[in-house]
Amino acid sequence: MKKLSKLLAVGLAGCMMASVFAGCGGNNSTAGGDSNTPEASGKVYYLQFKPEQDQQWQDLAKAYTDETGVEVTVVTAAENTYEQTLTSEMDKTDAPTLFQVNGPVGLANWKDYCYDLSNSDIVGQVTNDEFLLKEDNAVYGVAYVVETYGIIYNKTLLDKYFGSDFATVKSVDEIKSFDALKTVAEEIQANKEALGVDGAFTSAGMDGSSDWRFKTHLANMPIYYEYKDKGISSTDAIEGKYLDNYKQIWDLYINNATCDKTALASKTGTDAETEFKTGKAVFFQNGTWEYGGTAYDEEKGEGLKDEEYGMLPIYIGADGEEKQGLCTGSENYWCVNKNASENDIKATLDFINWCVTSDKGTTALAEDMGFVIPFKNAKEASNPLVAIADADVEAGNTPVSWNFSSIPSEKWKDGVGAALTQYAAGTGSWDDVKTAFVEGWKTEYAAANK
Amino acid sequence: MIQKNKKYFVIFVLPTLAAFIMAFVWPFFQGIYLSFCKFVTTSNATFVGVDNYIQAFQDQTFSSAFWFTVAFVIVSVVFINVLAFIVGYVLTMGIKGSNIFRTTFFMPNLIGGIVLGYIWQLIFNGILLNYGKTIVADATFGFWGLVILMCWQQIGYMMIIYISGFQSIPGDLYEAARIDGANKRQIMGRITIPMMAPSITICTFLTLTNSFKLFDQNLALTNGLPGVVQASGTTVYKTQMLALNIYQTFYQNANTRGVGQAKAVIFFVIVAAIALVQLYFTRKREVQQ
Repeated sequence: MKKLSKLLAVGLAGCMMASVFAGCGGNNSTAGGDSNTPEASGKVYYLQFKPEQDQQWQDLAKAYTDETGVEVTVVTAAENTYEQTLTSEMDKTDAPTLFQVNGPVGLANWKDYCYDLSNSDIVGQVTNDEFLLKEDNAVYGVAYVVETYGIIYNKTLLDKYFGSDFATVKSVDEIKSFDALKTVAEEIQANKEALGVDGAFTSAGMDGSSDWRFKTHLANMPIYYEYKDKGISSTDAIEGKYLDNYKQIWDLYINNATCDKTALASKTGTDAETEFKTGKAVFFQNGTWEYGGTAYDEEKGEGLKDEEYGMLPIYIGADGEEKQGLCTGSENYWCVNKNASENDIKATLDFINWCVTSDKGTTALAEDMGFVIPFKNAKEASNPLVAIADADVEAGNTPVSWNFSSIPSEKWKDGVGAALTQYAAGTGSWDDVKTAFVEGWKTEYAAANK
Repeated sequence: MIQKNKKYFVIFVLPTLAAFIMAFVWPFFQGIYLSFCKFVTTSNATFVGVDNYIQAFQDQTFSSAFWFTVAFVIVSVVFINVLAFIVGYVLTMGIKGSNIFRTTFFMPNLIGGIVLGYIWQLIFNGILLNYGKTIVADATFGFWGLVILMCWQQIGYMMIIYISGFQSIPGDLYEAARIDGANKRQIMGRITIPMMAPSITICTFLTLTNSFKLFDQNLALTNGLPGVVQASGTTVYKTQMLALNIYQTFYQNANTRGVGQAKAVIFFVIVAAIALVQLYFTRKREVQQ
C-alpha cells in the first residue's frame, strides 16, 4: 500500500510537469500542419487587420489550400488592437509571414521586418506606383484595397427635403460648397419633425469606436489643403492654415446632429450607424466599407437599398472646392516578413499574387469583401458606394488623397480627439484643438523621428 | 515519516517552481533588461542605457498619472476598508438573511473589470446626460466614478475577509469584557479592532495594491479622458492611472516601447515600496491571541 502511494505521488508529479511543458510545446504540432503537405512547400500566416472581413478571408484561405495544398492561416486582430497583436505575434517562432502596416508612419515601426518586394510578381500587377510603399529604392508594402470616404447621404430623405417648400436648395447638384451644405443641413435640422428625422447628421460620436472618423478622417481635410498649397506630402510641423475650416465643418456636425452636442462623448460608431440605417439622419460621414453595416436587411426591414445611397465630398469652405472630390486612398498595405523562412516567404508571395490575379481571388475580394483592389485583374466591386466613388472621378472631380497616413503618431490623433470632445461638450475651447493640432504635431514628429 | 517526506520535497515543488520561473521570474528580469533597450519586438532589442529612464521622468503625462493614482489609492483604500468593515460587522451580528446579503455583496467581484467598467459607464452617463454631461466631461466625475466602481467591486471581497476575522475572535473575550463592565465603544476599541488587526493588514494590503495597479476599469470607464492640451502640444489625460499610462506609452511608436518598459520598472519599485511600508506598520499593531 505504501509503495503504491509512493508510486502514485511520483506519477502525479510527473503528470503535472508534463502538463506544464505541454503548454509550451503544444503549438508545434498544430503549426507543423498535416503530413500530406509536401515537405518543401512553405506555409502562410496572415495577420489580418479588418475584423469585418474575417470570415471572407478564412473562406478564401480555405479555397487556396484546397486548390494548392499550401496551408494558409488567417488570424484577425480584434478591433483597435492590431499593433498590440502584431507586436506579440512577431516575437513568436511562428511569426506572421504576411502582415499589414497603415502607411509610412506604420512602416517606420516595422521596416526591419519587411521583405523587399521589388522583384515580386505582385508589384508587377499594381496599376499605379502610388499604391506601393517605397523607401530607399525598396518596396516594403503593397496597398491591396483602395477605399473612399465622404458624407454618405440617404437619397430618399434628401429628395424629401428638396421637395419641401422650406428648401432653398433644390437639387444635390447645387451642393458644391460648404455654404450650400450648411444651408441644407441647417434647414433639415430646423424642420426635422416635418421630415421625420432626428437630425441632419448622425451623432458625431467620440467614443473609441467612432472618434477616428473625426480625429483622423476629418482631420485629413485641413492637412490635405495645407499640403496642396505647399506642394508637399509630409511635414515635421503643420501650420494649421485650414483649422478655421476644420472648426466650421465640426461645428456643422455637432450643431445639426441627432443628439445634443454635450452627449457626443458617449456616442458610439454603432449609434451613428443605426441612426443612419433607420432613417433618423440624412448625412453620415463614413466610407465605402460602411455599405455592409447599413445595407437593406430584409429580415429586420431596415437599412438602405442600393439606389438610396449617395455620397458628397466633405466640403470645408476651401478655395476651389467645387472641383473637390471624395477622399480616396489606402491605409492597408501588405508586408511580407523577411525573417520568415525562404519557403514561407515564397509561399506568401505566391498566395498574395494568387489573391489579386486568380479568378477566385479577385472575385472574393471584389464581391465577398466589396473591395476595390488596385491590381490589373481587378473585378468590379458589388458595392454601390464604390460605384459612386468611380462616378465622382469620371465627373472630373479631384480625389482628395489620404494624407492622414503622414500623421506622426496615434498619440497625436488621440490628443486632437480629446480636444474635439471637450470642445463639443463645452468644457474646452477651440484653442485647445489648435494647440493639439499644431504643437502636438511638432512634439510627436520629433518623438517619432529621432 | 517527516524525514521521508523531505525527499519528495523537490519533486513536489519542481513543477510549480518551473512554472513560476518561466512565467514570472524570467519575464521579470527580461523586462528589467528591456527597460534599458530600444526595441519593437522583445526578441530584437538594442541596448541604449538609461535614456528610457530619463525620458520617463521627463514625461508630464507620467507624473500626472502618478498623482492621480495616489489620490485615487488613498480615497479608495479608506472607503473600501471602512465600508467593508462595517458591512462585515453588521453581517456577523446574526441578523436574518445574513447569508443572502453576504452572497449578494460578494457577487460584483465575480464580474470582470472591463465589463464592470462599461456597465458603470452606461449607468453614470445615463444619469449625467440629464444634466448635459458625460463621465468624461470632467476629471472629477471620472475620479469619483472610479472610486464608486472600485467600492462596488471590492467591498464584497474585503467583507468576506473581515467576516472571517470577526468570527475568529473568541467569545470569552467579549464575555469577560462585559462582566468587567465595558461599554460598546470600549469593546470595539479595546477588543474588536486589535483582534481584527491581521484582517485589516491583509485587506489594506490588497486594496492598496489593487488600486495602485488598476487597469481594466480605468480603460473601460474613461480611458483617461478628459485630456488637457499643454502648451507644448502634449495632451495630459486627467483620469489616466499609471498602468494605463504605461500601456499607452508602450504602443505609441517604436521609440517608446523602452520608455514604457522603464516606466513599468519604476512602477514596480513604487508599488513594492509602498506595500512593504504598509505591511511593516500594520503588522506592528497586530496582537497575539
